[in-house]
Amino acid sequence: MSKVAELEEALARIADNQTIMIGGFLGTGTPEGLIDGLLEKGVKNLTLIANDTSFVDKGVGRLVVSRQLKRVMVSHIGTNKETGRQMNAEELEVELVPQGTLAERIRCGGAGLGGVLTPTGVGTIVEVGKEKITKEGKTYLLELPLKADIALIKAWKADTYGNLVYRRSARNFNPLMAMAAAFVIVEAEEIVAAGALDPDEIMTPGAVVDMIIKG
Amino acid sequence: MMNSREIIAKRVAKFFKAGDLVNLGIGMPTIVANYLPAEAKVMLHSENGFIGLGPTPAEGEEEKDVVNAGAAPVTIVPGGACFDSAMSFALIRGGHLAATVLGALEVDEKGNLANWMVPGKMVPGMGGAMDLVAGARKVIIAMEHTTKEGNPKILKSCSLPLTAANEVDYIVTELGVMEITPEGIALRELASGVTLEEIQAKTEANLIIPDKIDIME
Repeated sequence: MSKVAELEEALARIADNQTIMIGGFLGTGTPEGLIDGLLEKGVKNLTLIANDTSFVDKGVGRLVVSRQLKRVMVSHIGTNKETGRQMNAEELEVELVPQGTLAERIRCGGAGLGGVLTPTGVGTIVEVGKEKITKEGKTYLLELPLKADIALIKAWKADTYGNLVYRRSARNFNPLMAMAAAFVIVEAEEIVAAGALDPDEIMTPGAVVDMIIKG
Repeated sequence: MMNSREIIAKRVAKFFKAGDLVNLGIGMPTIVANYLPAEAKVMLHSENGFIGLGPTPAEGEEEKDVVNAGAAPVTIVPGGACFDSAMSFALIRGGHLAATVLGALEVDEKGNLANWMVPGKMVPGMGGAMDLVAGARKVIIAMEHTTKEGNPKILKSCSLPLTAANEVDYIVTELGVMEITPEGIALRELASGVTLEEIQAKTEANLIIPDKIDIME
């Protein structure tokens, strides 16, 4: 079976008010074709889970500028002035999450875990409202899993079943997000026949991928 | 003659030994890479997902997927390895980094660090800094000794929101090298031409002055 589809079929799965995870680190490893599609479709009030809000003209930063987001959960907004402006004007809710904690919360969401204990953030404002647990003399914060309705993933190579290979620093959050959403859409630079990738080189198993478009 | 940033970077580079895995923060800490002796074989960790951070590529040889955590084109040296963000931060939190080098807005005598926000003014987010400071085996702060206005940045107690509590080990500035100890901040090295009176006057916290202080080089 082939999961390869057209951009329109992918966009048909995305609706107002959904929570969407989008891969990428300052735009590297972000599916720009799918972002183009979201801009054109004009879906609104999205909650975005991503590493950062990128730049005003790159990656998920473009969705901030187009005002399609009501809330973002990210580790960094400093490279996108529009995020800060909308946050200060109370037009956009921003929850800042330490980067490693964000990665683990997404991993938990995709791995069936109820949470993770991390030392990161202890003694800072990140601990506010969170359960603190001390084990063997060390204090941790209980951080809870994150899941999404949709994950938008950027792969270097995909086979028609959805097995994925990422390239260099474009991997970042993509494999974690591909595990943590109800519907997973991949934009791949190259699509090959199932069987063409060595099973040992595959970084995300195709079983968790729902749809593939050509990037 | 070297400027302050170069003096600091050169001294920080001497903390490392062969085989160390180190993460250098954005900005001044990045310059430390220029002073790592080739024979030291220090491997640099880039939190966006690889070990083996190398120099900027020649013009025209940039690759879109090979960038550092500031989105600038870089290279990956022989022996390097790529991974996802969970692995990247497992390396950080799991104690696999010998050290992290970061800048600071404020550091205090308890080893508290503030470097991620100024309420009402600058809220860029913590990125990976909180994990780096909580997880690296050694936390080295590389910064100019005072603010641009000349106000102390090494304080009795940080006033800005913390990045982490009680995690800083060393502070390197253009004036000297200081170590955070259970008793307070001990002066270990003084830059040549700097007096004890001068460094103390530019430091709000009381410096512990041991019998022996080396020259910072």
